[in-house]
Amino acid sequence: MGILQKHKVLEKNATLLLIFSLLVVTIGGIVEIAPLFYLQNTIEKVSGMRPYSPLELTGRDIYIREGCYVCHSQMIRPMRDEVERYGHYSLAAESMYDHPFQWGSKRTGPDLARVGGRYSDQWHVEHLADPQSVVPESVMPKYGFLLDRPVDTQDLQAKLAVHREVGVPYTDDDIKNALADFSAQADPDADPTDLQTRYPKAQNRNFDGRPGISEMDALVAYLQVLGTMVDFSTFEPDQTR
Amino acid sequence: MSKKPVARKPDPSTTGHEWDGIREFDNPMPRWWLWTFYLTIIWGIGYTVLYPAWPLVNGVTHGLWGFSTRQEVAADIKAFADRNAPIEAKLVATNLTDIAKDPDLANYTQNAGHAIFLTWCAQCHGAGAGGAKGFPNLLDNDWLWGGTIDNIHTTITHGIRNTTDPDARFSQMPAFGEILTPEEIDQVANHVLAISGQPNDAGLAAAGTKIFADNCASCHGEDGKGNREFGAPNLTDAIWLYGGDPATIKETVTKARFGVMPAWQGRLTEAQIRAVASYVHGLGGGE
Repeated sequence: MGILQKHKVLEKNATLLLIFSLLVVTIGGIVEIAPLFYLQNTIEKVSGMRPYSPLELTGRDIYIREGCYVCHSQMIRPMRDEVERYGHYSLAAESMYDHPFQWGSKRTGPDLARVGGRYSDQWHVEHLADPQSVVPESVMPKYGFLLDRPVDTQDLQAKLAVHREVGVPYTDDDIKNALADFSAQADPDADPTDLQTRYPKAQNRNFDGRPGISEMDALVAYLQVLGTMVDFSTFEPDQTR
Repeated sequence: MSKKPVARKPDPSTTGHEWDGIREFDNPMPRWWLWTFYLTIIWGIGYTVLYPAWPLVNGVTHGLWGFSTRQEVAADIKAFADRNAPIEAKLVATNLTDIAKDPDLANYTQNAGHAIFLTWCAQCHGAGAGGAKGFPNLLDNDWLWGGTIDNIHTTITHGIRNTTDPDARFSQMPAFGEILTPEEIDQVANHVLAISGQPNDAGLAAAGTKIFADNCASCHGEDGKGNREFGAPNLTDAIWLYGGDPATIKETVTKARFGVMPAWQGRLTEAQIRAVASYVHGLGGGE
């Protein structure tokens, strides 16, 4: 039992024990994490994903600022009851442009990964302003003040640029036209051609039904695009995963 | 000092170190603990052989049992789908109007339809289908787009005024704030109050009659009883989607309303849509 005798050296020297523990944990970590970056199996490509439009990205920031993620997850797990309730289970690729992702694990409210298109804009506005007016049993707080807060667009281009820094493929063209796309998406009368060239299938409407672009417009635009980018009628799941 | 020493096992040897006069026996691990420890190692090896575990250069080991979460959830869903398949096939093949006559189908649509309603419809129309301001009550016999089961089925399938389904029901009330003067809106609102049997200013209402005939009657009808072809509500009854008080009527005339309902084909299967249509039809107001 020579090796066990040598082990006692580690047990009796705290610093040495710390160094060797770190070594063991590092090996374990590398074995678990490193393959995720090179195995094709873990990098499933799906068609339809596009970066968020400037208005949607703004809405996403409001979602994070207001702490929506504290009560709402965005991750439909591959289980029958979740698929029946929320729709197709979430794919990793659907979060590829989320920095940081909003998967979450706390569900005081329902999962929002596929809330896009499920309710009308008007429902979202009324529900955000006064949740109990449409869902009497809800415990969600009121966010009516979003209607009165115009969006600060000063840092819009910088916001896109920062997302490009962390890997979202915004082009120079996207960043240059950020403000134009932002306004076009909230204007039902605007010509959406340019917007939809840069952000396919982006919908342009007056999301909150009021004049001006409020934070409510941005948040509803974000909620209405959630989970709608991938067309699941043509999606073939790789069963080996 | 003549007490006989109690018979006991000899002390095990000590670990060899001593601190402040305290020494520690070098007892071995309890056997049950040690064997459990070895068993977990053996179990762990078996687990990584049977289940997907080890990353390799070009892929991962899939395990002898070939387990995959996606296959499991697909099989799970299929198991229930298979069980419901015969009755759902029958449901899709049966005329909508004949569903309620078949006791099996009636029972199935009542239960499945209720579950679907709570999952997908209750957020707007309420868990009890009583509706909310702007979201119609489905319990009464006042229908915007028709209350036969065929009407309800069409509404659920294609939705109302959404941008995703080209067959969605569509109509658009103009915002009369841009067409009529505030005085004229006041007059026509009083006319609406008059035909719905509410207190009103008779003078204003009389003046509003012609404005109503010129601007509103084409959709809401000469008598204001509405037109289901355009989803134009009956203005003579006491049922109001947005409110029947003078202020709300004026707001509705000024800004117009544009209630949207999503299309459910694509999200729900035909059998599910039929089940929930049958459920809603059976809530009390079905025609």
